[in-house]
Amino acid sequence: MSAAERTVRPVSIASFAQSQNVRKDDERNEVEGLMPVIAEVFGNIGITKDDVGFICSGSTDYLIGGPFSFVMALDAVGVWPPKRESHVEMDGAWALYEAWVLLQEGEIDAALVYSFGRSSLGDLNEILTLQMDPYYEAPLWPDIVSLSALQARALIDAGKATEADFAAIASRSRRDALSNPKAQVAKDVSPEVLLQDEYVVAPLRRHALPPITDGAAAIVLAAGDKAREWSDRPVWITGFDHRMETHSLGARDLTSSPSTAKAAEMAGVASGKVDVAEIHAPFAHQEIIVAEALGLDDSVVINPSGGPLAANPLMSAGLIRIGEAAERIRSGKADRAVAHATSGPCLQQNLVCVLEGE
Amino acid sequence: MADSEVLHAEHRLEYPYSRSTGPIIGAFLTALRDGRFLGATGSNGSIIVPPTEYDPITSDDVGELVEVGPGGVISSWAWVSTPLRKHPLQTPFAWALITLDGADTAMLHAVDAAGPDDLATGTRVTARFRPASERIGSMADIEAFVVEGGAA
Repeated sequence: MSAAERTVRPVSIASFAQSQNVRKDDERNEVEGLMPVIAEVFGNIGITKDDVGFICSGSTDYLIGGPFSFVMALDAVGVWPPKRESHVEMDGAWALYEAWVLLQEGEIDAALVYSFGRSSLGDLNEILTLQMDPYYEAPLWPDIVSLSALQARALIDAGKATEADFAAIASRSRRDALSNPKAQVAKDVSPEVLLQDEYVVAPLRRHALPPITDGAAAIVLAAGDKAREWSDRPVWITGFDHRMETHSLGARDLTSSPSTAKAAEMAGVASGKVDVAEIHAPFAHQEIIVAEALGLDDSVVINPSGGPLAANPLMSAGLIRIGEAAERIRSGKADRAVAHATSGPCLQQNLVCVLEGE
Repeated sequence: MADSEVLHAEHRLEYPYSRSTGPIIGAFLTALRDGRFLGATGSNGSIIVPPTEYDPITSDDVGELVEVGPGGVISSWAWVSTPLRKHPLQTPFAWALITLDGADTAMLHAVDAAGPDDLATGTRVTARFRPASERIGSMADIEAFVVEGGAA
């Protein structure tokens, strides 16, 4: 069934907020980090927690190193009287998907989605290995940088990209981040200079890697009358889908992203002109793979926020893509945008969200 | 307060259960203990290595197990000049996706080579197993892959 054949209830991104993205926030715990973000996402549109019928969060206990940390994080909202709540051990973009699905049922008209992750607490190269196949891959402790380097090499060998392309993406992203006050890494450095970086794991040099980021983000979704009540120009979700590929790394063609392509097809990306795309490609080369899978042409502005190369708070960086894309429309800089989120090693799982201004 | 008055208790975080690796993964790991590689026959006769209980693309059940390797071809690789503390080798090495002879999918492992100049996509490698007495039925039973015909 194509996107056009599906009947979807219009749901809007009513409000978006994100914390300052920093290398290490060791003065506040998760609740303290989230509280101002929650206050801002409600304050933007003058509502309170009593105005939302559902709360969904995305985070991972592996970062904080303790079980059920999302339960504690709910204190940032203060859920009394009790409220319907859910959590995904995934990027907040997937929490947003769950909330969107619930809104489709029509019983509630608004939902709060938030995500948080302090990447600085542990060693990401070890923590992220725990997402790998437990029998064939995890026992070898392949780190995420090395796995991404395997993918980058495959892309180069296939003739689809060069190291200079990776540097160009990193240079553009961090230059664009200069206009994003929430970005962590923002600077104007030419690709030629970046290519003098040392390899971290060849063929990936330092600039092709995302920064390690602590941060949080939140979005309020609204449907029906509330969408219009809370915004003069609602930003509607007009297509939404996510797909996953096999966890057998060696059974995939790492130079393409069929799951992104399928999600893009189901979300109807090609049914209109795309003005801007916010792509969650933590490693520079992955932007090339995702842009191709989304079917974007050269006229599309990619990651004007700076993207995940400018700030990559684990579990929030995907949700932030949706928020940034919505803000471009809300500010009048775009009419139609595509937001993408990824999860797993080497773009294993991908989510595509199409947004349109009224 | 004297140190002897301080209460001590050991806390050991553990998962106190065991899990069977099943008829396919278990057979593969058992074969590794014996110094051999097995692949599973997937849809359209493709050979999946390391084998899963279902075809990773079509999700169909897999068929009979067949022997593959121990040689193969590098289908992608990445050079690690500074190994991390849990990496399988503590000297500079390459991670590689290796398509074993007879297989249609690649497996991830380490390649022990003198330097990145010794490796390329397409380079032939072969498995260097640990001594039989040290093998336990694990991916770590393979110490590393090495360039075929090169110094082991």
